Formats: sequence, C-alpha cells, structure tokens
Amino acid sequence: MTPLAKLLEAALFASARPIPTDELATLDAEASPASVRVALDELRDTLDNDGHGVELVELGEGWQLLTRPEYTEAIERAQLALRPQRLSGASLETLAIIAYRQPIGRSEIEEIRGVAVGSVLKALVERGLIDIVGRAEGLGRPLLYGTTPLFLEHFALRHLGELPRADELAVALRPLVRIEEPDVDLADAGDADAEPELGLGAAGDAAR
Amino acid sequence: MLAPERGPSSFDVELEAYHGPLDLLLSLIRDEKVDIYDIPVARIAQQFLARIRHLPLDEAADYLEMAARLLRIKAQMLLPRNENVDLWEDPRAELVRRLLEYQQVREVVDHLDTMAESRRGRFARAFLPESAPPPAPPLALSLVELMTAVDRVLRVTRQPTLHEVVARSLDVPGAIATVRAVLLLRERLRWRDVIVPQAEPWQVLSVLLALLELAKLGELKLAQPKPFADVEISRDAAGEAA
Repeated sequence: MTPLAKLLEAALFASARPIPTDELATLDAEASPASVRVALDELRDTLDNDGHGVELVELGEGWQLLTRPEYTEAIERAQLALRPQRLSGASLETLAIIAYRQPIGRSEIEEIRGVAVGSVLKALVERGLIDIVGRAEGLGRPLLYGTTPLFLEHFALRHLGELPRADELAVALRPLVRIEEPDVDLADAGDADAEPELGLGAAGDAAR
Repeated sequence: MLAPERGPSSFDVELEAYHGPLDLLLSLIRDEKVDIYDIPVARIAQQFLARIRHLPLDEAADYLEMAARLLRIKAQMLLPRNENVDLWEDPRAELVRRLLEYQQVREVVDHLDTMAESRRGRFARAFLPESAPPPAPPLALSLVELMTAVDRVLRVTRQPTLHEVVARSLDVPGAIATVRAVLLLRERLRWRDVIVPQAEPWQVLSVLLALLELAKLGELKLAQPKPFADVEISRDAAGEAA
C-alpha cells in the first residue's frame, strides 16, 4: 500500500464515525482530494482482496471501516459488541415518509400513516435520526422534520438519492422523490402502460 | 381452562400486528382477495368494525376515525347515481389514493428494514471516550470516630495564645478640658506638653482628637514646620475674639 493509503487506514481505524473525503484530505497537507480518492480505492481493494475481516464502506457522507457481515454472529455471541436496537415498524414508517417528503410536518405524516405520530417523532429526534429543520408557513407555524446524517449512517446510505426511487417501487402512485422523472412522465407512462396503479396514480394526483 | 376466557383479548394481540387503520384495511383487502380499485365497502367496513371491537381505548381513536370514514363512503355508494356516469365521482377514490400511498410507504419500509439490518450486521469501531472517574463513595463513619479524629488533630496543635481584649472608651471631653486649661496658662505649647508621661494609647488618641476638635472650633492653631517635627499648638487669636 502507498503511505497515503496506510495513513487513511490508520485514521479510519481511529475514528468511531464515518470521515468525509475532504476531512481525510486534511490528514496530509500534500494530498489532493483526488489522490485521497485513489488511496481510498487502493485501501478498499487491499482489504477486499487480501482477505481482511473488515471492509471499507462509504456511507453517511463519509468513509468507515466495518466488520464483514459473516463475523457478526460470532462477535455478538462473544458479547464483544452489541448491535444497535432495531427500529420499530412505526418508527420505520415515519422515517420512510420523512426521508421522501422532507421537510414535512407532523400532520402530513399522520395523514399518510393514519395514526398519531407525536411520540414516535420525539423518539426519533432523541435517537438523532431526524431533526427539526424549520417551521412551515401557515396556521400555528408547525415544526418541519428532516433526516440527519445519522439516518444515512443507520441505513448505510451515502445520500438520500440511494433510497429506492418511486418508479422502482411496485406501487408507483406518485413520485415521492423527484430525482429524474417529472410528473408528466409518470402520467404518460400510466397512459401507455395501462397499468391500473399508474392510471389511478395520475387520477389521484389530479384529485389532490 | 383459561383459553376460552382469553378469547376476546386475542383481538388485541392481533391488532398489535397492524401499524394503523390503513395497515389493517390493506390486510383485509389482501385477505378477502378483493380489488383495491373496486373495494366492496360494505363488506370491508363490517370486517373492519369486527376487528376493532376490542381495541384498547388509547388506540381506538385512529381506528374509529377510519371506521367512520368507511361508513360514510358506504352511505355515499348507496346514493342513486347520476345518469351521466362520467360525472360520477367515486367516493372511494380518496381512500384508494391513501391506501396506495400507504402501500408505497410500506414498501419503502421493507427496503429500509433490509438496509438497516444489513448495516446492523456490521460493526464499526466502538470507540468510547474515556469517561471521568466515578466520584468517591460517600464517607461512612460514626460520630465517635469523627470526634476521635478531631481530638487527634487538636492534640497535635499548640495551645493558641489568646489575648483578652478590653474595650476602652476614649475620653475626648476630658482631654479638651485639659488642653483648654493649659492654653489658658500658655499661649504656645507643644504636643508633648499636653500628654502625660507614659500615656496609654487611649490617652494619646483622646488628646489628638481633642486638639483636632478645638482646631475645628477655632480655639487653637496647629502647625508643623516640617515633617516629623513637633506639632506646635498656639491660641487662635481670631477664635478667641469670637
């Protein structure tokens, strides 16, 4: 390995949180972000190909060394480390809605889920997965929620764009995340496909 | 046999499996194998009500709101339709939209759950910052032990030398009388002339204050030719005239 790759390995080992690329670049004054990227690739290849128990993962807007999944059970059995608590169904539903619709207020989430979400929101804020990102205009200026970098870490996402796109879901009612496809495309697809979901989806949009 | 008595409460257990009224509705639609775009509202509403009958109160509100909605849609479906079918707006449309939207959320949840599980299965460095040392446990000793310790410490120290402080009031009026008497005899005098030999500090202070007081009243003048020289005291001619 090059000296830079070794330096990055040491820094990533020392950190408990993912380190962003530009922060890794500050480790060596002579290293450019480009050379850091090359070194990261080199480190990842070395860990993958030389048979290491850890791997380099890009997640949560940074890089982190993680143990490989095949060793999880043994590590947990020996109680050397504990897995974080699994999120409840209610938490996941609420997170899913926030992730796709942020910034979003409580009443909108309740409208979609059909249940009160006050306590769930509080718990998610306490866990650091979501945060208050502002206030909506309008009556009572309700709080708006959005996801945090810890959310990305929790789901091993690099960015929100890695969430499944609306058109990748079996039920494509209307685009939750507008990454590429504008509404018109969806409506057109619905007409062309004559798939009931898409057809109704367009109708649903119109109804709103 | 306890089992039959537990019968009704099994609904509660069953309902805990649902994440809300929309979830329950979706599962009914699945169980009944009906078309989500053509929901037989009467049948589904009846089953919905049957399932929520034994709901605990704190959860009931969300489900009851949906039950009311279903009954309203059921009533709307019974209304005679306009002859123009194209203008007829399906009262179920909004519910279907919400169900599909919720279905989509459930799908995203499945994705998120898979991703979270995959991440949970990989450990990061579990770095814990060194925590501060715990505070010392509270002292546990008896009063006797404490007194003995105090006694031991006191025995080591020397007996402190104590002074008895006696309050002495100054006699300024007396000193004023003395100074006046001396001034009657002599026009000028010196500081030492009005102080008795071997004077106590309180006597010196009394005379000092008496002199200052008389100077203020204009009965005498105080002069000191140079620093640390004897203070010269003389009758004040002006004061005398007044």
